[in-house]
Amino acid sequence: MEDRTILNRQLAQMLKGGVIMDVTTPEQARIAEAAGACAVMALERIPADIRAAGGVSRMSDPKMIKGIQEAVTIPVMAKCRIGHFAEAQILEAIEIDYIDESEVLSPADDVYHINKRNFKVPFVCGAKDLGEALRRINEGATMIRTKGEPGTGDIIQAVRHMRMMQSEIRRLVSMAEDELYEAAKQLQVPYELVLYVHQNGKLPVVNFAAGGVATPADAALMMQLGAEGVFVGSGIFKSGNPEKRAQAIVKAVTNYNNPTILAELSEDLGEAMVGINESEIELLMAERGK
Amino acid sequence: MKIAILALQGAFAEHEQMFRKLGTETTLIRNLDDFNSNVNKSPSSGVGWSRVVIPGGESTAMMRIMKDLGLFAPLRQAILGGMPVFGTCAGLIMLDKAHLDVMDIKAKRNAYGRQLGSFNAKADFKGIGEVPMTFIRAPYIMEAGPEVEILASVDGKAVAARQKNMLVTAFHPELTDDTRIHQMFVDMVANSR
Repeated sequence: MEDRTILNRQLAQMLKGGVIMDVTTPEQARIAEAAGACAVMALERIPADIRAAGGVSRMSDPKMIKGIQEAVTIPVMAKCRIGHFAEAQILEAIEIDYIDESEVLSPADDVYHINKRNFKVPFVCGAKDLGEALRRINEGATMIRTKGEPGTGDIIQAVRHMRMMQSEIRRLVSMAEDELYEAAKQLQVPYELVLYVHQNGKLPVVNFAAGGVATPADAALMMQLGAEGVFVGSGIFKSGNPEKRAQAIVKAVTNYNNPTILAELSEDLGEAMVGINESEIELLMAERGK
Repeated sequence: MKIAILALQGAFAEHEQMFRKLGTETTLIRNLDDFNSNVNKSPSSGVGWSRVVIPGGESTAMMRIMKDLGLFAPLRQAILGGMPVFGTCAGLIMLDKAHLDVMDIKAKRNAYGRQLGSFNAKADFKGIGEVPMTFIRAPYIMEAGPEVEILASVDGKAVAARQKNMLVTAFHPELTDDTRIHQMFVDMVANSR
């Protein structure tokens, strides 16, 4: 494996146990950093607003992203459309720390994802199941997150995706080695990746939860289900008291197994984002890019 | 010999694995209760988890969590009391004068720029020899007081140092297969004052 790929996987390792927050302005970025975010995702509109606005959603203005890079010292991520390698090239040119090839934006290609091995900057990609996760890793992604359902404040899809991934991982672990070739065929991924999961009981890259996290309890739930960290998009800056909620979610991820601390953290957070139930959604972003 | 690893955020699991390879028992510190029940404040008595590792991760995140959970003062006090501590990357930053203010160093954060500036190197480490070094959005030591011994430098910048009971590296020995720096920490005498 190339040095750069390993270094990029290792940056994701440093983000573990942390919360990556969506921010749209330098001011929000500073609030996120002060609250203890381990990285921020710079974007023009958070998923809930993308959902409300409709239309084609694209990479953010590089100037806006640079403003956020200047405002904070923690890593800054930004999103490009699925398959839009030119947007990714632009983000690499401004030295973004991580690119999210994201289903939250309108896909630019309905067949091919970006060949992420062509880039020096790292990529994180969403996945609903193990096959998707390993296909993205094969394309060069050095970090995976569940897709969940962004902009809803509804955790059900993130739970579904994380449970699916973990149960498929357990299934591979329990297989005899001769069965792995067939498993690779079914998952539509290279044998070597299947073998890695079989031997190690985990993905070869860090795996975060994303899409629908709105409360400290949501974050703790995802961590207990096996996430190594959490992305929070609309959940923070669409809530009544973003600063307090951000701090609470950060500490909930650290102490995800401690109900006493979680109870304290969950007190008095003000209003959570209103949210949309799964059944009320017209656009399933998680179905983009498989 | 037991080692407590600060597990507020970051790559603490990687340190666990390194110490496991050395046959050393570890525990994770996620809150004040963990600290109080596991970290012995008077290392000379020889009981308890009397040494701490501060891993890589984001120093701003760890500092915030540490302060909010009431860990800042007790940890600082224990280190000043002579408890051996090992900080890697963010851990180095947190031990410097601008943060926990226990070690007489000033760290330069993100000294090599953004992720595109992350790199691998090999350099001599005092008392060990050549070691592989992984720098991820790493700091270096830009100022060090007279009591600080510089243990390694890369391109003229100090990237590892020791002062009494404190050992720091700007790189991540826990991300390599080389356990010698971890072994060095294990060997550090409990109260080196």
